[in-house]
Amino acid sequence: MNERQVNRWNREQMAARVARDIAEGAVVNLGIGLPTLVSNFLPRDREVILHSENGVIGMGPAPPKGEEDYDLINAGKTPVTLLPGGCYFHHADSFAMMRGGHLDICVLGAFQVSVRGDLANWHTGEPGAIPAVGGAMDLAIGAKQTFVMMEHLTKRGESKLVAECSYPLTGLACVSRIYTDLAVIDVTADGLRAVELIDGLAFDELLKLSGVPIAPPTQGK
Amino acid sequence: MINKIVTSIEAALADVPDGATVMLGGFGSAGLPAELIDGLIAQGAKELTIVNNNAGNGDTGLAALLKTRRVRKIICSFPRQVDSHVFDGLYRAGELELELVPQGNLAERIRAAGAGIGAFYTPTGYGTELARGKETRVIDGRGYVLEYPIHADFALIKAERGDRWGNLVYRKTARNFGPIMATAAKITVATVHEVVEPGALDPEAVVTPGIFVKRVVPIARVATRPVGVRPV
Repeated sequence: MNERQVNRWNREQMAARVARDIAEGAVVNLGIGLPTLVSNFLPRDREVILHSENGVIGMGPAPPKGEEDYDLINAGKTPVTLLPGGCYFHHADSFAMMRGGHLDICVLGAFQVSVRGDLANWHTGEPGAIPAVGGAMDLAIGAKQTFVMMEHLTKRGESKLVAECSYPLTGLACVSRIYTDLAVIDVTADGLRAVELIDGLAFDELLKLSGVPIAPPTQGK
Repeated sequence: MINKIVTSIEAALADVPDGATVMLGGFGSAGLPAELIDGLIAQGAKELTIVNNNAGNGDTGLAALLKTRRVRKIICSFPRQVDSHVFDGLYRAGELELELVPQGNLAERIRAAGAGIGAFYTPTGYGTELARGKETRVIDGRGYVLEYPIHADFALIKAERGDRWGNLVYRKTARNFGPIMATAAKITVATVHEVVEPGALDPEAVVTPGIFVKRVVPIARVATRPVGVRPV
C-alpha cells in the first residue's frame, strides 16, 4: 500500500482545507461531527455566517465554561453563542433557508459518494440498526453547494467513492465537492475530477485507491 | 373577557382523549415542554401518537412518557441518540411504531397543516427509501415527493412569555417547533415563565399570535439541562 508512505491529511488538515474554500460573506451550515471542526479554521477577518437547522443564524463559538445555556444550542445539541446580528427562527423558516436555496454551502460527513454525486450518509441499512435522518436529506439537496468531508477509505480499505452507493441514499446528485484525507475532488457533469492531491501522492495511486474513474487535475492550477 | 391563562397543568390537559395525536415542541431539551409531558403522564391518556423531532432522552420527559407504554406511534426525524435507550428498547421489541420523516419535511408537514395546505411537493427525500411508495413528480427538471400535512389534536409547547390572549414569545433556540406546532393543533397548550398584560409584548415581535393558542400555563423557570450528547 503505497499510500502509507504519504502523510494523509488528519481531521484538522481536512477541516482547514474546507475552510479555505468558504468565501467572505458565505452562509454556511456545518454538519454534526467532522464538519463542525471547519469553524475552528475560518480566518477571524473573514465574515462567514453560520446557520444551524434548529433555528439560529449568526452562530458564534462555544461559550466559556460555566456560561452554557442549553436553550442556545446547535444541531449537535451542544451550547453555542449568538453573534451581534444573529437571530432565531422557527423550524419551518430554518428549513426554507435550506430547501429554498438560500444557504450557500453545507458541509456534511458521508459513508459513500457516487461518481454522480449521490450521497449516502444517514443510515447503514444494517438489520436492527435504528434509522435516524434528522436534517441530512434537507441539507444535502438544499444548499447551493454541498461539500462532503470524509476519509477516503473505509477501515477495511474500501473506497468511499463508488460507482453506485450501496448504503441507503441521502440525496441524488447533490454533492459538489469532496474533501478526503487524500485529495480534493469535484463532482462535475462529466464525473469526478481531482482538484488537489496531498503532497507525495501520485495521481495513479489516487486512482488505484479510489477504484472509480477520476479525471486528473487541470494543469497549472 | 378573554382569558386563556390556566393555572394548573392538570386542568390544561384534562381533555386529552385516548388515541389523540399530540405534538410536543422541542429539539432535544430546548423547548421541550417537560412540565406538560409530566402532566400528560399523570393524566393517563393512552394509544397516543406523538410528534416530536426526537424520541426522548434519558429517562425523563418524552422518554418517561414512552416508558408508560401509552404511546402507540411516534413521528420524528431523529430517534437514535446516545441517550435514547427507552425508545430503542421499545422499538426493537416492536412495541412502538416509528414514522421517520426528514426534519425539514416534518417541519413543513406541520406548517402545511396549520396553513390549510392539502399536500405539497418537496425535493427532500426524492430518490431515497424515505420516499418509497409516495407519489413523485418532476417539476422543471427536478424530482419532488408528495407529502401530506400532519394535524394534531393537541400541541404542547414551551414559550418564554405570554399574555391572556395567548400571544407568545420564545427563548433562543427553544423556539424551534413551537410556533408551527401551535398552528397545527386543535388545542395548543403553551407553558410560559412569565404572564404579562395584553400590550406588554412588542406587537412587532410577537412570534405566535394568540389566535393559535388555547391555553397558557405559567410555570416556574427551571434551567434547561443538556441531553442527547455524551457528557463532556
